[in-house]
Amino acid sequence: MTPAPPSGVLNRPAALVLAGRHRIRLWETVPWTLAIALYVAFPKYLAFGTELLITILFALSLDLVLGYAGIVTLGHAAFFGAGAYTVGILAKQGLWSEPITGLLLAAAMAAAVGLGSGLVLLRTRGLTLLMLTLCTMALLEEAANLAHVYTGGFDGLDSVPITPLFGRFEFNPLYPTTQYLYVLAVLFACFAFVRTLVYSPFGQSLTGIRENLLRMRAVGAPVRTRLVLCYTLSAAIAGIAGGIWAQANAYVNLGTLGLDRAATVLIILALGGHGRLYGAFIGAAAYMSLSHFLSKVYPTGWQLGLGLLLVVIALFANNGILGVVETLAHTLRRRRTGTPASPPGLR
Amino acid sequence: MIFGVDVASMLLGGVAAGMVLFIVSVGLSLTMGLMGFVNLAHGGFAMLGGYVIVQAMNHWGMGFAVALVLGFVITAAVSVVLERLLYSRLYRAAELDQVLLTVGLVFVMIASVTLLLGPENQPLRLPLALQGQIDLGIVKYRTYSIVLIATGLLLAAGLWLAFERTQIGAQIRAAVDNRRMAESLGINIARLFTITFAAGSGLAALGGGLGAEFLGLDPQYPLKYLVYFLIVVAVGGLGRVTGVFYAALLIGVLDFVLKKYLPQGGTAFIYGFTILLLLWRPQGLFGGQAR
Repeated sequence: MTPAPPSGVLNRPAALVLAGRHRIRLWETVPWTLAIALYVAFPKYLAFGTELLITILFALSLDLVLGYAGIVTLGHAAFFGAGAYTVGILAKQGLWSEPITGLLLAAAMAAAVGLGSGLVLLRTRGLTLLMLTLCTMALLEEAANLAHVYTGGFDGLDSVPITPLFGRFEFNPLYPTTQYLYVLAVLFACFAFVRTLVYSPFGQSLTGIRENLLRMRAVGAPVRTRLVLCYTLSAAIAGIAGGIWAQANAYVNLGTLGLDRAATVLIILALGGHGRLYGAFIGAAAYMSLSHFLSKVYPTGWQLGLGLLLVVIALFANNGILGVVETLAHTLRRRRTGTPASPPGLR
Repeated sequence: MIFGVDVASMLLGGVAAGMVLFIVSVGLSLTMGLMGFVNLAHGGFAMLGGYVIVQAMNHWGMGFAVALVLGFVITAAVSVVLERLLYSRLYRAAELDQVLLTVGLVFVMIASVTLLLGPENQPLRLPLALQGQIDLGIVKYRTYSIVLIATGLLLAAGLWLAFERTQIGAQIRAAVDNRRMAESLGINIARLFTITFAAGSGLAALGGGLGAEFLGLDPQYPLKYLVYFLIVVAVGGLGRVTGVFYAALLIGVLDFVLKKYLPQGGTAFIYGFTILLLLWRPQGLFGGQAR
């Protein structure tokens, strides 16, 4: 228990927001209710739902580094791929095919890659950092291509054998009911972890680093250690997303490591709104449903629309869908009460 | 002697590829150096220019040289419109927004080109005079590669003169080194940037057309070669004409040699080399002081 703040402070709106923002609100149950509703009501769409939940998990891991620590990376798929290949290779070589411990191994592998690259890359900032993340991912992709004895090279690994969950529930690629619930549970656990993390003092210091690096250095915060730790944790979660993707689809290919995947997850997070936890949910749901229904019928039109949408987001809606909603709600509230509420930037 | 011929022809091929890399990437280096703008759509301008040039030659019956000029002009004009309308709003914005804007532009470019001309590769038919081989004394080599090298050298010399010996070049150098100071001295950075951006995109268009013969020209071009252009800029340094020139030659030759002797791991070697280099010198091999 933290000691109660002195009374009087809490009467100010900003202080109220700061003191209460970690509390779980009623609407936060909505995504999980919807996820369970999808399972009950639309069993046909479970394959799509599984892919969506994995994408949310991956976007959530990016939100930690991009939205909270402010590290702009174009190479986040490196960790997704590291996790996916860990699961794929271990199972294919007959070394390890139990799903839950497999995910832990995937997380450990991705975390190791994240720690190793983070230790050297995070000494730089800006354009150099962007280039280095991009090159690291490209290097991993090339390495996976070269080690085709283990990774299957360009063709990837298919029919990756995964033992049934708890020895009972089989992963069936055609009826992915097990996968769906399994992914949902893993997403929930990871989300609970990330949510706790970003509202902890550690998460606050990450936000501080994003907002004002110089000042954080001046107050004596161990900036680099925090950034590397955050990068490693995010890599581990991305590794879990990759590992679970490999388990659910029973295959791994070079696409898990590619620029396409890294750019897509960045777009998803920007679309939903970064630095807000639920941006990953909104962005992934919006992007995946649009692409699911449009990209097959009108692939070129989809790309054109997506490009225009990105331009609009970059110019007018810096914080994606959630940012726009927040600003609208803020304006409405102010109009109704006639008093300025707390600024929407406070989150 | 056979070995010498081998080395010479390999160097020529690598240098020719390097020249194309230089022509495309130099504009990227200047715009990034001037404004710190992360322009991932630069390859898109190279593609647009390439398409204009190939269309002009194959369908409108223009000569290669005229088509190149047309490609330069049209692409530069398009880039000025985009710069004034879109880029200029995000000069002081966060990196993420710049990345999103330019990735969005790349998608729009790819989709528009696909809608207009389809997803196929657009073949560049070289004029007869540029086909075949030329005897250089030591070695016979493809005429077109020699022409590319000559064109690249001419452009590099022209750019060097413009950069080092003209008023505008001096202003660009000043702005790259210290933008605030240059602004306080009354240099109009926005105008300078528009000019640089247009010229850089026009040059990229030339590179797209000149390189179409061996890089190909299809809608995926801007994404396929993005990493290469960025590597050249990162190695050469931001806002440096000479740095990008040497870097492009280095990467061009390295890529050519590695593709021949290490067809499997060649690309991986270049990525690894770039990572190590950037860790050692974040400002690039030929860049100035780190900023």
